[in-house]
Amino acid sequence: MTNLGCLDTLARQDSPIHRLDPRTKLLTTLVFIVMIVSFDKYQISAMLPFAVFPVVLIVLGNLPAGYLMKRVLWVAPFAMLVGIFNPLLDRQALLHIGTLEISGGWVSFASILIRFFLTVLAAFVLVATTGFNTICLSLEKIGVPNVFVMQLLFLYRYAFVLAEESSRMLRAWQLRAPLRKAMSMKTFSTVLGSLFLRTTGRAQRIYQAMCCRGFEGQLHPARRFHWRMADTVFLFGFCLLFAVFRFANPAVLLGKFVMGIFS
Amino acid sequence: MSHHIVQTRDLYFTYPDGTAGLAGVSFLITHGESVALVGANGAGKSTLLMHLNGCLLPTQGSVQVGDLPVTKKTTAAIRRSVGMVFQDSDDQLFMPTVFEDVAFGPMNLGLSDQEVEPVVTGALQRVDALHLKDRPPYKLSVGEKRRVAIAAVLAMSPDILVMDEPSSSLDPKTRRELIALLRTFEHTKIIATHDLDLAIQLCPRTIVLSEGKVLADGPTADIFADDNLLAQSRLEKPLSMQNCPRCSPNSSPN
Repeated sequence: MTNLGCLDTLARQDSPIHRLDPRTKLLTTLVFIVMIVSFDKYQISAMLPFAVFPVVLIVLGNLPAGYLMKRVLWVAPFAMLVGIFNPLLDRQALLHIGTLEISGGWVSFASILIRFFLTVLAAFVLVATTGFNTICLSLEKIGVPNVFVMQLLFLYRYAFVLAEESSRMLRAWQLRAPLRKAMSMKTFSTVLGSLFLRTTGRAQRIYQAMCCRGFEGQLHPARRFHWRMADTVFLFGFCLLFAVFRFANPAVLLGKFVMGIFS
Repeated sequence: MSHHIVQTRDLYFTYPDGTAGLAGVSFLITHGESVALVGANGAGKSTLLMHLNGCLLPTQGSVQVGDLPVTKKTTAAIRRSVGMVFQDSDDQLFMPTVFEDVAFGPMNLGLSDQEVEPVVTGALQRVDALHLKDRPPYKLSVGEKRRVAIAAVLAMSPDILVMDEPSSSLDPKTRRELIALLRTFEHTKIIATHDLDLAIQLCPRTIVLSEGKVLADGPTADIFADDNLLAQSRLEKPLSMQNCPRCSPNSSPN
């Protein structure tokens, strides 16, 4: 969990991507996610070209690709859980590869995983090139109500508190139960209860510390946003590209083209 | 300049779970004074400090800072003049970089970008931590965190500095540097501490708290010379006032 902070550390680099206005990156990523999510449930090939967006950002933004992939895999179980029953429920054959029949369930499962992979990767890349606090500020700039932005900011801040607090408690438990591999249900529930109380206490102290320094529900950016030509080009360039990918499946076009050459 | 006074009148506070925090605390601290607040664990030191800037509001009695009584309505103004350094610096530092953290207070006071920059740089320079400005706070050592936390409070240019255990968990050298640093401040200082040597060096006046009440209030040297009083409030004479059993063979070890 403390590794989450690494994403924010990456955001402090200086690269063409980092220099872009946060709003540009936010809007482009939102368009990207909407496009991906809007594909129908058996679609696979049309989504693949979209990988260009995170890849370009990773390369230009000087981000460690391996590290980001690992982060994405961490969250992968959630997507697995969402799609795992598809192959069981949807058994109608949809694809034929030689004699092998692939059911619609497996196709939609794969589609879910790709969707998940692309959107989560894009979100991580956004954080790693922009920083979470800055994203929140630009959300506010583009008209998201302050209440939601604050909720998001605190959620992020307190996630670290929760993680720190729980890892400390886990260590304390491990040291006093060296022979046990897992917590008993009873211990677990007590630990969970006191974790809640401890984090609440700590969150309260942090909030007090913020109030002591004049916090009144507004967060101020450390630097002003500047919309430049590069931002317009980035935003419209990528949106155009997404539109092409979305409405004219380049994978199919390429396939037809190649087939055309050989026939 | 009488407006930087801190006065409490018959202050009572009971926590929601029924634990008594304060049971009738009254004192007056005038402008420029340095006051140590000492007492056993659970004597009410931190609870009292929380009242000085409205983090907690009294169940009974009143607190006055300058001309203003501390109430819900005045807390914004009070917090401008009372800077609070928390016991655990991790509670206090929450922005992604040291610079942004120190800028957090001034930004909330409505300073513009151009105005904030010199304020932050100045505050960090004051505590000798300017080189840390681009680091994330959670990666600093305890001593560095403490410095940054103090800078964050200084950046709001408060008139009164309130500190909870400023020397706790610092190594001896860092502790000494902190004392030297605090000595350069001309603010009114209220320091809750178990480090009685620090109290001697920084604060001419000491208030002893015990079970939520003021047990004694007077010149630090007098209070620390009173063995009965110290024993009663679960304290011990500061090391600098004890005869060293190694250096002076005449002193009897007790």
